[in-house]
Amino acid sequence: MPEQIAVTVNGRHVAVSSGTTVAAAVILAGAHCRTSISGEPRGPLCGMGICFECRVEIDGQRHQRSCQIVCSEGMQVSTSE
Amino acid sequence: MNSGQKEFDVLVVGGGPAGMAAAVSAAESGASVGIVDDNPQLGGQIWRGEVQNCESEASRWFERLCASNANQLCGMRVIDQPGLGVLRAEGCKGFCDLSYRKLVLANGARERFLPFPGWTIPNVMGAGALQALVKSGLPVQGKRVVVAGTGPLLLAVAAYLRKRGAEIVLICEQASRSSLAKFGLSILSQRQKIGQALSLRKDLSGIRFFTNCWPVAAGGDGILQAVIISHGNEVEKVACDYLACGFHLVPNTELAALVGCAVKDGYVVVDDFQQTSIPSVFCAGEPTGIGGVELSLIEGQIAGLAASGKNKASQKLFSMRTRLQKFATRLDRGFALRPELKKLALPETIICRCEDVTYGSLKKYTSWRAAKLQTRCGMGPCQGRVCGPATEFFLNWKPDSVRPPVFPTILENLAAMPCQPEQSHSGAMRGPQ
Repeated sequence: MPEQIAVTVNGRHVAVSSGTTVAAAVILAGAHCRTSISGEPRGPLCGMGICFECRVEIDGQRHQRSCQIVCSEGMQVSTSE
Repeated sequence: MNSGQKEFDVLVVGGGPAGMAAAVSAAESGASVGIVDDNPQLGGQIWRGEVQNCESEASRWFERLCASNANQLCGMRVIDQPGLGVLRAEGCKGFCDLSYRKLVLANGARERFLPFPGWTIPNVMGAGALQALVKSGLPVQGKRVVVAGTGPLLLAVAAYLRKRGAEIVLICEQASRSSLAKFGLSILSQRQKIGQALSLRKDLSGIRFFTNCWPVAAGGDGILQAVIISHGNEVEKVACDYLACGFHLVPNTELAALVGCAVKDGYVVVDDFQQTSIPSVFCAGEPTGIGGVELSLIEGQIAGLAASGKNKASQKLFSMRTRLQKFATRLDRGFALRPELKKLALPETIICRCEDVTYGSLKKYTSWRAAKLQTRCGMGPCQGRVCGPATEFFLNWKPDSVRPPVFPTILENLAAMPCQPEQSHSGAMRGPQ
């Protein structure tokens, strides 16, 4: 079994296997990533760091592309819910 | 923020098959090599998560790369060219200025997205995108997935997702049965491709597969619940959890354009040695033409050899490249976008997702530049990488010139003066070329 990593998404605990990206953890937590300028919820579109739709705040740093960052133990993710 | 500098004989941008092959070929020729990639691991999109999977072709290239002196810089994306022969790459710990004598651009392609009503609802995403997410830890066991768009990627994605436990409800291919049949017959001349096709057919047995079929709308309350597809003269509503939808690929030419390489008809112009219009810059893989992994590997080797002065060795690969390029031409013909898709967007459909610009507000403009100035279309963080190809197809707008930075960055990293590089050339590359 791959090693389990514990992160929080909007304060909610999520356990993911090692190597999981933040984008996958956000979907697993049932959250969307960002809210568009007209108020629409958005999730990952390209999955490869191009579209910037999966931006979230990670450990206090805003505008991080969640599809390009791998979860690490204790990571705190917040989305614009 | 930390900053640093490194200097290489050959710098390779992009860690997919073309980039890995270029880096291996250059490093094995004695050059000091750096390979930089935005992703946390090498492999690019097609080999995502496979470099450590023993027995795979990806792992064989990865082993050769690790055995060479090549410096692997993952999680770093190139944002700017602060001076001639220097690229600035940004990572989570700061930036690094990468100086080179020769540059190999192997930064791949992205999916083409065509906007339709509902395409901005979460869980509507690219076909390659869903595959990438699943490879990076998203479980799809028991999830209902519609795979739609065009190109052979759809079948590969559907087969992969099915293996991971997803229920593939439907595959919608916009191309007609007759153009697919022509494509199918034409690849019979390539033994490797037949093998792949037969194995895919087995993996996909029993799945509903429609040609002449495309999504016209997606719906759901905050999250995708169903997609409406057009099939012949009928429309059908299909319930699903994910819509994986991509309309073939668009080459990433922004960095090549920033460095000054000639780009024609959407592709980076190269000669027989994969050399661009800038003599110190080479380009390999999808930016020079969408041709798949085998062609990328050959082009990468040619570029890596030529960039390290081994022109003779690279010439031995020319005939193989010619053969594989024929496949690329067939791909373009077989999966050409049908004109009906130009009507996918309704006036209220968002085209530019970064700035929420609708199709209705764009139609009155005659060029990409005018639309950008008046509506902010293409002015958001993706810098038009998503809406540019869409407006090109819908409205025949041509993309504008590229301006730095080629990816959004923090001001501190953009404004910093170029770092003075350390001298770290290998003996093999010293002296006149």
